[in-house]
Amino acid sequence: MNLHSELLQFRQQQQTRRLFLGRTAQGMGAFALASLLNPALHAAPQKPAAKDKWPGVVRPLHFPAKTKRVIWLSMAGGPSHLETWDHKPKLAAMHGQPMPESFTKGKQIAQLQGAKLNCFGPQLGFKKFGKGGAEICDLFEQIGSVSDDICFVRSMTTEAINHDPAHMFMNTGSQIAGRPSMGSWLTYGLGNEAEDLPGFVVLTSLGKGGQNQPIAARQWSAGFLPSRFQGVHLRGKGDPVMYLGSPEGVSREQQGDVVAAVNALNKKHDALVDDPEIATRIAQYEMAFQMQASVPELVDASKEPQKILELYGCKPGDGSFASNCLLARRLVERGVRFIQLYHKDWDHHGGVKDGVTLKAAEIDRACMALITDLKQRDMLKDTLIVWAGEFGRTPMSQGGSGRDHHNAGFSIWLAGGGIKGGISYGATDELGYSAVENPTNVHDLHATMLQLLGIDHTRLSVKFQGLDARLTGVEGAKVLKSILA
Amino acid sequence: MKLFAFFFLTIVGALPILAAPALAPASAKVDFNRDIRPILSENCFACHGPDAKQVKGGLRLDQRDSVLKPAKSGKTAIVPKQPAKSELVRRIFTTDTDDLMPPPESHKKLTAAQRDLFKRWIAEGAEYQTHWAYLPPVKTAVPAGQNGVDLLVRARLKEIGLKSSPEADRRTLVRRIYFDLLGLPPKPEEVEAFASDTSPAAFAKLVERLLASPHYGERMAIGWLDVVRFADTIGYHSDTPRNVHPYRDYVIRAFNENKRFDQFTREQLAGDLLPNATLETRVGSAFNRLLLTTEEGGAQAKDYEARYLTDRVRAVGAVWLAQTIGCAQCHDHKFDPTTARDFYSMGAFFADIKEPIVGRREDGIIVPSEKDNVELARLDGETARLQKTFDAPQPQIAGAFAKWQESALAALQNEANWKPLAPATVASTGGAKLAIQPDRSVLASGKSSDKDTYTLAFTNVTSGVTGLRLEALPDPSLPASGPGRAPNGNFVLTEIVATVKRAEQKAEPVKFAGARATFEQTTPADGNPSKKWSAASAIDGDVKGAAFGWAVLPEVGKAQQLILELAAPLTLAAGDTLTIELKQNHGNKSHTLGRFRLAATADAAAARTITPAAPPADLAGILKIAPEKRTDAQQEKLSAHHKNLGPELAALRQQLAAAKKARTDFETKLPRCIVSESLPAPRTVRILARGNWMDDSGAVIQPALPGHLAVGVKIADRRLNRLDLAEWILARENPLTARVFVNRLWKQFFGTGLSKVLDDLGAQGEPPPNAALLDWLACEFRDSGWDVKHLVRIIVTSQTYRQTSTASRELLVRDPDNREHARQSRWRLDAELVRDNALTISGLLVATIGGPSVKPYQPDGYWENLNFPVRSYPASTGEDQHRRGLYTWWQRSFVHPSMLAFDAPTREECAADRARSNIPQQALVLLNDPTYVESARAFASRIVKEGGADANARLAWAWKQALGRAPRADELVPVRALFDKHLAQYKADTKAAEAFLKVGIAPLPPATDPAELAAWTSVARILLNLHETITRS
Repeated sequence: MNLHSELLQFRQQQQTRRLFLGRTAQGMGAFALASLLNPALHAAPQKPAAKDKWPGVVRPLHFPAKTKRVIWLSMAGGPSHLETWDHKPKLAAMHGQPMPESFTKGKQIAQLQGAKLNCFGPQLGFKKFGKGGAEICDLFEQIGSVSDDICFVRSMTTEAINHDPAHMFMNTGSQIAGRPSMGSWLTYGLGNEAEDLPGFVVLTSLGKGGQNQPIAARQWSAGFLPSRFQGVHLRGKGDPVMYLGSPEGVSREQQGDVVAAVNALNKKHDALVDDPEIATRIAQYEMAFQMQASVPELVDASKEPQKILELYGCKPGDGSFASNCLLARRLVERGVRFIQLYHKDWDHHGGVKDGVTLKAAEIDRACMALITDLKQRDMLKDTLIVWAGEFGRTPMSQGGSGRDHHNAGFSIWLAGGGIKGGISYGATDELGYSAVENPTNVHDLHATMLQLLGIDHTRLSVKFQGLDARLTGVEGAKVLKSILA
Repeated sequence: MKLFAFFFLTIVGALPILAAPALAPASAKVDFNRDIRPILSENCFACHGPDAKQVKGGLRLDQRDSVLKPAKSGKTAIVPKQPAKSELVRRIFTTDTDDLMPPPESHKKLTAAQRDLFKRWIAEGAEYQTHWAYLPPVKTAVPAGQNGVDLLVRARLKEIGLKSSPEADRRTLVRRIYFDLLGLPPKPEEVEAFASDTSPAAFAKLVERLLASPHYGERMAIGWLDVVRFADTIGYHSDTPRNVHPYRDYVIRAFNENKRFDQFTREQLAGDLLPNATLETRVGSAFNRLLLTTEEGGAQAKDYEARYLTDRVRAVGAVWLAQTIGCAQCHDHKFDPTTARDFYSMGAFFADIKEPIVGRREDGIIVPSEKDNVELARLDGETARLQKTFDAPQPQIAGAFAKWQESALAALQNEANWKPLAPATVASTGGAKLAIQPDRSVLASGKSSDKDTYTLAFTNVTSGVTGLRLEALPDPSLPASGPGRAPNGNFVLTEIVATVKRAEQKAEPVKFAGARATFEQTTPADGNPSKKWSAASAIDGDVKGAAFGWAVLPEVGKAQQLILELAAPLTLAAGDTLTIELKQNHGNKSHTLGRFRLAATADAAAARTITPAAPPADLAGILKIAPEKRTDAQQEKLSAHHKNLGPELAALRQQLAAAKKARTDFETKLPRCIVSESLPAPRTVRILARGNWMDDSGAVIQPALPGHLAVGVKIADRRLNRLDLAEWILARENPLTARVFVNRLWKQFFGTGLSKVLDDLGAQGEPPPNAALLDWLACEFRDSGWDVKHLVRIIVTSQTYRQTSTASRELLVRDPDNREHARQSRWRLDAELVRDNALTISGLLVATIGGPSVKPYQPDGYWENLNFPVRSYPASTGEDQHRRGLYTWWQRSFVHPSMLAFDAPTREECAADRARSNIPQQALVLLNDPTYVESARAFASRIVKEGGADANARLAWAWKQALGRAPRADELVPVRALFDKHLAQYKADTKAAEAFLKVGIAPLPPATDPAELAAWTSVARILLNLHETITRS
């Protein structure tokens, strides 16, 4: 692999810098180096505490950024667009009749292979909300109440049709394992603003309907990027970060003693062997020790005002999606670049009506609260929120009460930093099968997100197996200009 | 990239000594492969390269013919020796952005130096060369007695004006060679022994000893397991387990036994196809099964068939060829001459692999160890001995035999009184499928309910029926051969009810006068009031309860009969129907009939008589022949049948059955491995346009070798198979295989490959700075008979390997990445070795080799996002908790978090290389993972027990254990201070000390002061966390 060139150079630079600056510069760290190399940074001196801080490779930004960070709400399992954001009265009219073959011919089918394909009308009611008149399922009243901050994209498509590859595609732009997830790309490209937290954080919550599809850690893997860019899963149970807690019987002070002694000895060793890895090691031990304090403080939402807890509708530490939304807000406040929330249980092969009803109860208020809370802190303007499943569901019935996986057309929504609110973009055909107006693929979505962050998606690449690998792939992608504020 | 360029512009520019970043000999002629092709590939080939469909302006820069001809524009890209007339030169120097190449929108930019290189190269004649890796390796002559590595490294150093570094000190050297060859640290006494052995042959002797160690194979296996993507689980979606660990042990064994690399290769690709295939070679062929597979419902077979094909092609590309063939899945390769046809032709080699496309992998073949084979032989011997005894003539039962023949004949005659009834209809309330067999019996299959009622209707019944008979019959399709569907072959008939429906009348019950059975179960029958599962309870008029009914355990697996005597003779007229209901309400584990038959008799005696079941038809024929007229074979057949019946041989029969069961039980516990097996008809492989598996329009493809690489290779005139592929990979004409292996191996000993892009020796890879060295090693490897240990020996005994890893300032500047080997390198240990090192220092390591993967402690809930099924993680207990890292259970979607933190790959894709990151998670693991806390306290126990009397002696002892050296005085100060402080704190808070010492399952030494041990554990933690401890230098 030659994909670590950036990091290797980063290391080389550290090494070479030390040769020039002599040993006095030791401990000043990479940020100082970056500022040495980049006059723009030099002009605005940073505190030297930023030890091994990665400055990002996109410097300066390719465009002025309209958003600084992203909260990505991954609705895992494949939410039905037909019971959420895409109203299809014609489908209701055709309920029970055979699906016209003209819609389905040559398309991928998952579990309905070989089955009789019958139209299955929307199972829930729709209603218009807000000044923009967004027509969405009436169960999502809270989201409806902030719909003027939201842009609904009703013409999404994806290449995959099974959960695992579809998540991979949505996260990495590729169905082959080993590619970096978008959060890794962003922290690689932009660095991280948080002091003692990782730049890419993942939160997961379970639904109550029991259709909790598995999610692999590869979904937040750094792939071929260095592992410092991998997503860190903040867990609801046990240590929020793996191995965060000191051993039983070891006090914070004693743990600090051990870390200090390790670092003191490492410094002495460095004086003998002159190895830049040792300075990094020392910085990482300091970072780890600080994380041991900062992460528990971060995840403890118990000191949030009652009003806020009521807004989200959660109890601190209940592991719910709402709790994770509140946690996401606390993370963006601390400067974390990319936060991905997985909420599972959207895989409604059967009982889509009850299933979506249950899901609406789990997420509706929380999504509204996240938008409202960020807005009242004046952070919505530079925080992008994306709500998306890995695919949608068929307009055809599965087993009389459910819908199968579907990738030819589905809906997502975006809100916040740089997004025009109160609008919709694209449309599926009259039965909700294929995206026909402004079809949007996953690469387009990624390109749009990168654009908002100030990155030209064709210019954020890393050499991998000879290719200039990009989040948006090699086949081209378009930025959804008309949804940008 | 940009940062770096800027760096050199601003700083290096000011310091002329550093102005030569590339270490090229001055004044050399421009070399196409070294200097020009990498620039072309990086900047130009995407539009002017091998992908024939993408060529812009009719110009291909990868072919000299093309550049010398006028392109579509009418201009000629290159006029040799005349840069001024070459359009290429104009276009790369122009300031007109419309004309500039590469175009600005490509975001590619040539440096001034690169532009000048083009000019010089054209001035010198613009000679092209075949890509370096596709040319046969050239073997430089190395004088006898000299080490080729040293010779070629020094030649290169001389060329570029660098000098070798001195040899590392002995303590460093012995640690280095232990980590590199065994992956374990040397024991302090081993360090001392080597440090004090001043003989010139000491190092060579040490190397030989390590090469002979069984841990050598473990160390060598790690890199191989990465590149072949060995893991314990399938990867996609549910990521469920599969049986594959014997392959890992095969790899370890292969390296230990120094299996020739060509044979190793053949066995993995085609171990099942070898003419002399053995268990060993078949286990090797598990390589073809290591890919990602799925069990996801709704996955389409064609989709995954295409995924598996591409996965396997990528694997061959990664493991043996270091070619990114995978890039040609959707289009011809952009940089290398690999076509999409090559890609699918390679895939077609694997179209014969038998496997479920979507679904659970099979259990695989049984892989007994040598010890297992001894036990199997013993069990087989025992069975054979008993069988022989059983088969031998048994004169003591001659009387019984004669008697049986009489009764069998009687049974035959009796049988003539019974007429099997053909049911007109059959039905099951429990949803079982009931099928009427040619012999009029009924066989149940499909859904197996705990309760069921079978209803049979008969219209054609003999007149004057005096009795009915229900035969419960064995069948191979049933559990334990039946006759019931319960797992043990039993059934419970709770009630049998017969009714007659005569035309125009109400159905009338048929009354029974008695019920008799060939056998009635008595054990267990505790819950049954009559203490047996009697025939009578099946006609007692009601169902009563679960504990009533006729059952036959343990006399299952054979025919049993229930004979029902009617209270009055029964005659059916035309149109009348006899209905028989078999109620089976036991309600537990499918105690229902599996195969049965009804018969009727008009003979009054037959309806009251239980006779043994009539012998099967083939024996009936023999029985009817007078004994003296039977042939020996006929007589023997009868005798064999009889031996299985009477009580006379019951004990022997039981012994024999027990022996057979013991063997089966032992066998089910043996390891299994999914391996390669050829389908008689391989799957059809087509070229998929743009990789789209739904597109059936592409040409059907047969296995074939990549056209541009297989030039001059003799190809068989038949469908090629995996063995042919292996032979081509190993052929002398193949310029890649030996280079690829040598290049990866070099990384194990120097930290970076000779060509640093280990998985790509194509155009986008790196021409090796020391090509002569890579070539020489490749030739030497091949010429030695693919002798891996020979190759390792050459490398590690070289002076180059033995240099110090501490670089001079000049070296750091001139060759920061140590690509020229004027010194050794240092790096953090691989994930598995970080663990092995701590376990060795602590004394916890269990050095057993091979076996099922093990589960080191892991944070609770780490697998919570797995599903289908929901998974728990039972950490291994006993010795398995302290095994080497390479035996860790490899759950692809959630690789053990400690391993992941130290850059272990997930092995979802082939990983020829590992990153070496330095991240805070590593600190958290070494500080807080129970494995390392437990190691620290076990190490502390050793320090207290073995380290001497006072604290300073113990510290010195501990240093030697962890680092192989004595502490320096200034190092002791902070550690001693911490020890004293923690000792006081733990003395004041013994509860904390005790809690600290409870981490992990390792036992505590008896009678130790907890505070003292806890304070030493703090010290041990420091040592286990040191950068030096986890670094090979």
